[in-house]
Amino acid sequence: MSSQPRALQVLNILSVVLLLAAYALVFGFAPIEKVMGIVQKVFYFHVATAWVGMLGFIAAAITGVIYLRTQNLKWDIITVSAVEISLVFFFITIVLGSTWARPSWGTWWTWEPRLTTAAILEMIYLAYMLLRQGIDDPERRARFGAVYTLIGGISVPVTFVSIRLFRTIHPVVIGSGGGETMGLTRPMLGIMFFSIAVFSVIFITLFWHRIRLGQLADHVEQLKLKITH
Amino acid sequence: MEKGTDIRPSGNYFRAVSAVAWKDLAAELRSRELLSSMLVFSLLVILIFYFALELDVKAREKITAGALWVTFAFAGTLGLNRSMAVEKDRGCLDGLLLAPVDRSAIYFGKAISNLAFMLIVEVIVLPVYSVLYNVNLFNFGLIGVILLGSLGYISVGTLLSTMSVQTRTRDVLLPILLFPVIVPVLVAAVKASSGFLQNLEMSEIMAWVNLLIVYDIIFTAIAFMVFDYVVEE
Repeated sequence: MSSQPRALQVLNILSVVLLLAAYALVFGFAPIEKVMGIVQKVFYFHVATAWVGMLGFIAAAITGVIYLRTQNLKWDIITVSAVEISLVFFFITIVLGSTWARPSWGTWWTWEPRLTTAAILEMIYLAYMLLRQGIDDPERRARFGAVYTLIGGISVPVTFVSIRLFRTIHPVVIGSGGGETMGLTRPMLGIMFFSIAVFSVIFITLFWHRIRLGQLADHVEQLKLKITH
Repeated sequence: MEKGTDIRPSGNYFRAVSAVAWKDLAAELRSRELLSSMLVFSLLVILIFYFALELDVKAREKITAGALWVTFAFAGTLGLNRSMAVEKDRGCLDGLLLAPVDRSAIYFGKAISNLAFMLIVEVIVLPVYSVLYNVNLFNFGLIGVILLGSLGYISVGTLLSTMSVQTRTRDVLLPILLFPVIVPVLVAAVKASSGFLQNLEMSEIMAWVNLLIVYDIIFTAIAFMVFDYVVEE
């Protein structure tokens, strides 16, 4: 078994260091927001995790199509990795968003377009996982998975548009936007972008690890077949 | 069938599509398994709505469109599952795949028969709902929306049911796969239906009708393109 490549080891350490730096900046340096108070600090991680979820979503849609074109199982491993990371990070985003929304909007949840779309996206990914679990043949699993990520990848933007339309006709009292309605000062914006950069590095690290895991699992599977035959 | 040597006249393609669709309709005409279960199920859902939501006169006006679409969506999964399971269980799917026609012809044939079943159920459910709840559902706009909405539902549903019957979890899986990706159809269909039922201005309804048309076009095209991948052996 090959050990982790040098670049990945560097990324491991870099991820931890950068995450600690982000924590230090957010809790030590970022000014406390006047209206919302300390809870506003959740926002830096909320935006960054949403960004990672988005990266995973886009990666999954693209690699799914590449799999259908090439029929190379390598791309299937990459698609699953992207979906799993996106699933986890969108979940973190929703939880962080809720903890922020409770004191700011007075409710854990509203049926705002972005929230609703994120929830539906999670449902699509869970359905994707269930679909894969129900299929034994790896090639068919990969094909069906890729078709479903493609359908999901196209339906999610349409869903977002439809819910947005739904909301403009029936306006809600509670604020419809999280980020852009808040007055952000310059250091706040700087820390937000730093946080996004940090989580991008974490995304790459996790992505790499997950793809490696998929390849190793594949390898184990093949070795098992060799023993039994 | 090799690619690139396709010199068959296009009339053949439509004949294949109609043959697949006709086969389903003829089989259904004799057994009436699928339609009867879809119908009874729809009527039960309507009854359950009455008890669950206490549909008094005021509530009816507001939620008729929603109740109708929930009924159609649930009954639709029943029909889609059954229509594909029959193909799979009796080995008909393999037979269809062996036929020397383009695979997408099978998709369109199945989609047409599925759509026909869904529309038949809807045609019966609408007057029953009208009578039971004393609301007038005879409205050309509503009928148009039901056509467009059912088309979108079936175009994705036929593709996904072809996948779900080939998995271990089968029937259970279809609604889980289908419902999250047809949210736009349901949102738009419910809003447009209730718009027509409440006689809103056309300008308020058109956005929803347009959304339905866009969804139908996109997803029929995609299903057409990827159907090959879900029946490949």
